[in-house]
Amino acid sequence: MTPLLSVDGLTKTYGAHVGCRDVALDLFAGEVLGIVGESGSGKTTVLNCMAGHLLPDRGRVVFDTRADGPRDVLRMSEPERRMLGRTDWAFVHQNARDGLRMGVSAGGNVGERLMAVGARNYGRIRATAEDWLTRVEIDAARIDDRPTTFSGGMQQRLQIARNLVTGPRLVFMDEPTGGLDVSVQARLLDLLRGLVRDMGLSAIIVTHDLAVVRLLADRLLVMKSGEVVEHGLTDQVLDDPQHGYTQLLVSSVLQV
Amino acid sequence: MIEIENLSKTFTLHNQGGAIIRVMEGANLSVRPGECVALTGASGSGKSTLMRLVYGNYLAAQGTIRVGGVDVANAAPREILALRRDTLGYVSQFLRVVPRVSTLDVVAEPLRRLGVNGADAHGRATWLLTRLNIPEPLWALSPTTFSGGEQQRVNIARGFAHPYPALLLDEPTASLDADNRAVVLDLILEAKARGAALVGIFHDAEIRDRVCDRAVDVTAFSPGHAA
Repeated sequence: MTPLLSVDGLTKTYGAHVGCRDVALDLFAGEVLGIVGESGSGKTTVLNCMAGHLLPDRGRVVFDTRADGPRDVLRMSEPERRMLGRTDWAFVHQNARDGLRMGVSAGGNVGERLMAVGARNYGRIRATAEDWLTRVEIDAARIDDRPTTFSGGMQQRLQIARNLVTGPRLVFMDEPTGGLDVSVQARLLDLLRGLVRDMGLSAIIVTHDLAVVRLLADRLLVMKSGEVVEHGLTDQVLDDPQHGYTQLLVSSVLQV
Repeated sequence: MIEIENLSKTFTLHNQGGAIIRVMEGANLSVRPGECVALTGASGSGKSTLMRLVYGNYLAAQGTIRVGGVDVANAAPREILALRRDTLGYVSQFLRVVPRVSTLDVVAEPLRRLGVNGADAHGRATWLLTRLNIPEPLWALSPTTFSGGEQQRVNIARGFAHPYPALLLDEPTASLDADNRAVVLDLILEAKARGAALVGIFHDAEIRDRVCDRAVDVTAFSPGHAA
């Protein structure tokens, strides 16, 4: 079975400082992979290098494209990569404002991505946008409102709708529940889990929240100082951590 | 169905001077389809450890754990995930769910993951919740606020939603009243009748005597005891 995404030797330095070193991972269709580690461990660097937001110094990021099979994304032309970013890939930012156009209506935010892949019929675009707002539990009556009038949790759900409307196969998420109220977090987790299951999505989720990965991720990578120190089944890594750093991380969680 | 050979488990505590704790050595166990085996032994003797090893929560130090065709001790995470989805179920003592998800969806989830449509999965969940005496008004609520006994019954319903060929039961009747214990007893007997291989921890001697074909004392697998 060909992995949907296969990363190898991914290395990024910022001058003398190591962002990430020799990171390797495979992601299969329908799988959710969590990447955990403390602030500065390099998890966001890895995510940005994979998603094409940062250019790594070395390494390969091979994606199983629909048309041509496995291809190294880092060696694609810019237009090809941008097309991928609009169709098969999605990126959910920690801060919804980074992933939304704040001056455009909620419906426009969702419709824009559809138009970028060729949708032209206004009525159909609006209907699809309405459908997606409902799926992420935003009242369709708010379709013409700007995201500036939305709460943080609603903005995050709108960002998810905007990202998933084109039916991507791979979603990158950077702390998707970070900065949200816990009750809103739970709602978002439930939503994400349902979407992953029903759409057969694969996802890579970067977070420092071990409770989030336990509920969402099938597999886990633990990063420290730019390197992967442990990987495996999520509950195995959390229940029987092998590396000293993971043991420290797991035993440091406050019990509620 | 479940074949454990020469299984060992150690824990290395890196943050406590690298202490190595040997908890299990040379464990062997074989469970046939339709058979139920009780794990016995005092608290701390390694019953739960053995269950977690079989489910893949714990990483084996040595040995093999074959469930169906998969060696859990050496399989890739992806193979273990597929095994847990299709073949191997686990009723743990504690319910762990996404807050806010309704009880009906929690119970239907293992079937939804197998691709069963929403209506059929809910139908099966409804049937199980009814049998386990969870009042209907609670079905739409998240089980996170339920009492201990109710949570355990939701956990059992979830564990029995899909007819797994192999099933691990960690004290499934610990906090249940007599009526509900009888329901769980029936569910276990029905699973055996359809050919499931079961391994369980049963502190309740009456239940153990009624459902188990034999008992295995895990004290024999403690380091030092191994022959």
